[in-house]
Amino acid sequence: MNNNREADESELIRRSRMGDKDAFGQLVCIYMKRAYFSALGLVSSHEAALDLSQEAFVRAYRAIGKLDPERKFYTWLYQILRNLCFNYIRDRARHARPFSELDEQKMQQIADASQDASSRVETDELHQQLRRAINLLSPLEREVIVLKDLQELSYKEIAEVLGCPVGTVMSRLYNARKALRNSMKEYMNDRN
Amino acid sequence: MTETNFSNSSLDTRKRFESLVMGAVDGELTREEGAEFERLIREHPEFRVEFKQFIRIKEVTKSMPMKLPPEEVWDTYWYRVYNRMERRAGWILLSIGAIVLITYGLYQFVMNLLADRHLETFIKIAIIAVLAGAVIVIISVLREKAFVRRTDPYKEIKR
Repeated sequence: MNNNREADESELIRRSRMGDKDAFGQLVCIYMKRAYFSALGLVSSHEAALDLSQEAFVRAYRAIGKLDPERKFYTWLYQILRNLCFNYIRDRARHARPFSELDEQKMQQIADASQDASSRVETDELHQQLRRAINLLSPLEREVIVLKDLQELSYKEIAEVLGCPVGTVMSRLYNARKALRNSMKEYMNDRN
Repeated sequence: MTETNFSNSSLDTRKRFESLVMGAVDGELTREEGAEFERLIREHPEFRVEFKQFIRIKEVTKSMPMKLPPEEVWDTYWYRVYNRMERRAGWILLSIGAIVLITYGLYQFVMNLLADRHLETFIKIAIIAVLAGAVIVIISVLREKAFVRRTDPYKEIKR
């Protein structure tokens, strides 16, 4: 199943390299949500995430001739995307917005129907606190949290995407979670 | 001396815990590492507490919902990317054409100017100086941009 998917992807890349826009369109459709949510995790704004993820695809199409056929498309795309996101973060540092788009609307959509109102309020508060804590992380730490906990990639996949050893991924993740734990320590102790 | 050894040993144990704990939280330890980690948290209750805190952090992070954009965002996503790709190609052609035409126009202008016998020499020199100055400014700006790009702190991030 996985092999079929990889074969399909290789075929789409091959056709895209020959200028087949329909094939590239299929790659876009496969990875658009993942790219959007990766960007959203880093830049915290719906409009910026949409704009940056679309720009990443445009640049990817322009440079697809340079894509190593052995490499996974998303791993390669993600490097273009993160570069755009970090540039955006750097440019907008003074006007940084909080981790606001990871917000209440979806929280309510997915909230367990059986959960009573008071525990839902507590969960909401916990998530708000966490959002604030994530917002205080450095972009590199925030990125590793997004890739591990929101995108659910393995250490090996994260290392591949970031182009660094697995040990670096683990230490970066440790520092990020330690910072989150310290920011939320008091709050979580109250809840436990 | 004994105290120093004890401190070093505690430090090593601590470092070992730190190197294993993320793998334990994310279920990415090998069997041997898992057994080693089990032993560590059995022997050091403070590590167990910390481990549980990390698990809790992971649970809360994973359960944090992402706001879903409206469905039409996905319906029009490729269309928007396609338009950008097309527009980009248009801009590139437009820019190349404009550069060629402007360069040719300037060349013709300067040649005609030099050939004009009725125009005072100092006027010719002044116009050429204006054009040469403009070219120098443009080259200087482009060179500065290239320098900024070379010294960009994010340049290590592969494109």
